[in-house]
Amino acid sequence: MTRRTRPRFRLCALVWLALLVSPIVQAAPLSIAQLMANLAKNPQGAATFTEKKFIAILEQPIESSGELLFIAPARLEKRTLKPKPETMVLDGDTLTVERGRRKHVLQLKDYPEVAGMIESIRATLAGDRKALERVYHLVLDGGNERWALVLTPLDPKVGAVIARIRMEGVKDVVHRVEILQADGDRSLMTIEKQAPPQ
Amino acid sequence: MTHPRRRSTAAIVLWLIFLLACVGIISRTQFTTDLSAFMPRTPTPEQQLLMDQLSDGLASRLILVGIEGADAPTRASLSRQVAQHLRADRTFVSVNNGEPVNTERDRAFLFDNRYLLSPAVTPERFGADGLHAALSDSIDLLASPAGLLVKSLLPRDPTGEMLQLLEQFNSGTQPQLVEGAWASRDGTRALMLVQTRASGSDTDAQQRAMAAIRQAFEQAPGATASARLVMTGPGVFSVTSRDTIKRQVTRLSILSLALIATLLLLVYRSFNALALGLLPVISGALAGIAAVSLGFGAVHGITLGFGTALIGEAVDYSIYLFVQSEQNNADHQSWIKRFWPTIRLGVLTSIAGFASLLLSGFPGLAQLGLYAIAGLIVAATVTRFVLPSLLPANFRIHDLSAVGRTLSHLVQRAAALRWAAAIVLLAACAIVVTNRASLWNDTIASLSPVSQADVELDTRLRADMGAPDVRYLVVVSGASQETVLRAAERVSTLLQAHVEQGELAGFESPSRYLPSVTTQRERQASLPPRPLLETRLAQAVQGLPVRAQLFAPFLDDADTARSQPLLRASDLQQTSMAMAVDALLLQQHGQWRALLPLTAPEGGSIDADPIRTALKTIPDALFVDLKAESDRLYSGYLHEAIVLSLGGLVAIIALLLVVFRSPLRVLRILVPLAAAVITVTAGLSLFGQQMIILHLVGLLLVAAVGSNYALFFDRPDPRTPILPRTLASMLFASLTTVAGFGLLAFSDVAILQALGVTVAPGVILALFYSAIFARQADA
Repeated sequence: MTRRTRPRFRLCALVWLALLVSPIVQAAPLSIAQLMANLAKNPQGAATFTEKKFIAILEQPIESSGELLFIAPARLEKRTLKPKPETMVLDGDTLTVERGRRKHVLQLKDYPEVAGMIESIRATLAGDRKALERVYHLVLDGGNERWALVLTPLDPKVGAVIARIRMEGVKDVVHRVEILQADGDRSLMTIEKQAPPQ
Repeated sequence: MTHPRRRSTAAIVLWLIFLLACVGIISRTQFTTDLSAFMPRTPTPEQQLLMDQLSDGLASRLILVGIEGADAPTRASLSRQVAQHLRADRTFVSVNNGEPVNTERDRAFLFDNRYLLSPAVTPERFGADGLHAALSDSIDLLASPAGLLVKSLLPRDPTGEMLQLLEQFNSGTQPQLVEGAWASRDGTRALMLVQTRASGSDTDAQQRAMAAIRQAFEQAPGATASARLVMTGPGVFSVTSRDTIKRQVTRLSILSLALIATLLLLVYRSFNALALGLLPVISGALAGIAAVSLGFGAVHGITLGFGTALIGEAVDYSIYLFVQSEQNNADHQSWIKRFWPTIRLGVLTSIAGFASLLLSGFPGLAQLGLYAIAGLIVAATVTRFVLPSLLPANFRIHDLSAVGRTLSHLVQRAAALRWAAAIVLLAACAIVVTNRASLWNDTIASLSPVSQADVELDTRLRADMGAPDVRYLVVVSGASQETVLRAAERVSTLLQAHVEQGELAGFESPSRYLPSVTTQRERQASLPPRPLLETRLAQAVQGLPVRAQLFAPFLDDADTARSQPLLRASDLQQTSMAMAVDALLLQQHGQWRALLPLTAPEGGSIDADPIRTALKTIPDALFVDLKAESDRLYSGYLHEAIVLSLGGLVAIIALLLVVFRSPLRVLRILVPLAAAVITVTAGLSLFGQQMIILHLVGLLLVAAVGSNYALFFDRPDPRTPILPRTLASMLFASLTTVAGFGLLAFSDVAILQALGVTVAPGVILALFYSAIFARQADA
């Protein structure tokens, strides 16, 4: 038996080894550079989102939902449909917010707190590591099949508002964005990718 | 012989006294360059408003500042440094460049008075249902990105009154911020909006304000050679146009005097004659200024500019005297006998022409009329009664008979040109008739002494700034502050409906910052007493993810607001709202007035009719389109001036008819004048120059000056030849006139240029036509 099993074991081991080799290579800790390169491959993406905000003064979380559209490298649109229609468009350095008949146009660099929050999403979608590292300290966890990127603000001004942002995703797709505010309130955005509009 | 001598001594003494009196008056005269000359003497309510706005309104006190060149961070830091410097200067009421200077104080003011200020405060809003609706709106807002900002306000302001106020006050579009300071849309210019304490019509104060801004810019720590400062605004315009007018008038007077003196020297070859010849001119100019000063209380710079040109006309009389009587003293007496009646008639026709201008409701035009009449009468009178006695016994000028004889030959052959002249005239008539619709420019901008480049800069900066152009206004008047604020609130309600329909982008109202006492009381009364509010709140939170206990601070605030002292204008001090109320709520002429400027939708214009109709329900409310109003004002002047000029023409004809008692003779005198006027008009039209009111004055001058020539050419018996000396004098007289007015044609000031291009060619044409159409011995 042993004689028979030995080669078998060897074979199995080899098979295992063979089987394992590639997964090991793939499951090896994903580097930030790789993740960013993967993300950067998407020139554009449309998705729906659902956002839940957990706010201390409210008994229950409040929910909003709508559409996200990203066009590399610099345009991000967030169209909230529920509970109130609202559009937020970030293009380059200009942020336009429309709510009802009101339209506000802001320059991102003049509002570092807001900029920090929005830039985290845009730069991640764009795979722009430089932009992210200007504002955040990055820690990546997991592998290509499932990764989590945690951003901690470097600038104390941003830190006064945002404690931490955690992005989760699979391969080159971001699925969840969790923002923990400095006052303990948090929001959780789940993103579902749509088929790219033909 | 003693008798005339005594008379002439008396004339000289009287003349000297007169000159002294003129100098005395002039030394106390105020010279202006502002818009007062263009304002009507008996304004309608709309015109009064226009005048007040132009001289003292909010818009008149704004200076738009741009910083160009260098790079964006440099521009922004310069903007901050200049603004910081200017904010410490009492010359300026406010300096805005996008920096959050008053923000804290403004927010505190708005928040503390939110229940008095917010138009959303009504009894229904503080019922259970109203509270429920307001609360769910606020909770919805928490879900949005803006939620971050309102979260902390929720316990004290669950109905979102603060947000209401902020949205209302931020309705105006503001420039974008680049590096922390306002910048133009293309990002190449940093912007600043400065309000002066002094009104826009106080040109000296505006000049000091401009100097302060320039100094702050040059001395800013970050100043670099590559950065440039630009400024615009009504005050800036009045300062630059005053400078332009001053510079031009000075330069033109010197040049035209030099030119005319050179010309006269060439003709007379005698300094004596030159000096004596200028005496009537100087007397006339002094008399003109003194007369305008007495008649109007102030003399406009433009009138002086016109005066320098009139030098060329007034000098004609002494030319006639010197050239036509070249021999000796006896000849001067015979000149008086032979030529004075003709010249007197020429002066009278000029006066008849200009007298009509005196009736103009346009003070600028009436000033020109008075100046011309006084100047010409005095110049002619001095030539007739003083000058001959001043001439030394051996007075001689260069012999001009050779020139005269050449002219004589030319004039005799001039008739050959009749057909050619008739064809030119016919063509001119055709041009005038075809282009009759576009002959006149009836926008007030055509009068503006501001250069095209300055206007373009102004338009650009205004567009960058999204600055109110304050073109459309609703004005409510009343006996007290409370009445006009009440009316302004009713108008606001009406206008809000138009905003919601998208016909208006927005509007301003003083009642926004300072509601009427009645409204403030109503708002206070909308807040229920604490126990009742508590009960309603408990009902309102049913079904919402909040607990009523959260809103204890709200109950406190609402309770305080119920009995808080009402807002008064003085409470706004130290906030940026004070400036708005200052500008929009006025007490003038014993009356209160509230102004509500309207903003047109982006890229569109305001349709006035529906707003006018809607406003009919509110007495004492007036919709004013300031631009249309000022254009209407000007086109009114223009039409009036045309009518008056025609009246002047009728007066001239009547005068000539009375003197000559021969319609045919009068017609012969008038034909060359009319021909000159028509040809000049056609020429202007051909060169694409639309006529403004000053072209009309120029045409009147052509007729006035030309009448002298026509009268000299006019003889009852065509066989009497015109003396060569007379011809020579006419040629020189017309040359000096052309020199005087021709210089104006090169002026940058539109209204002076208009005079120049009309009179200079017109006078020459009048001379030619007079020669060509004169009766010939062989005819």
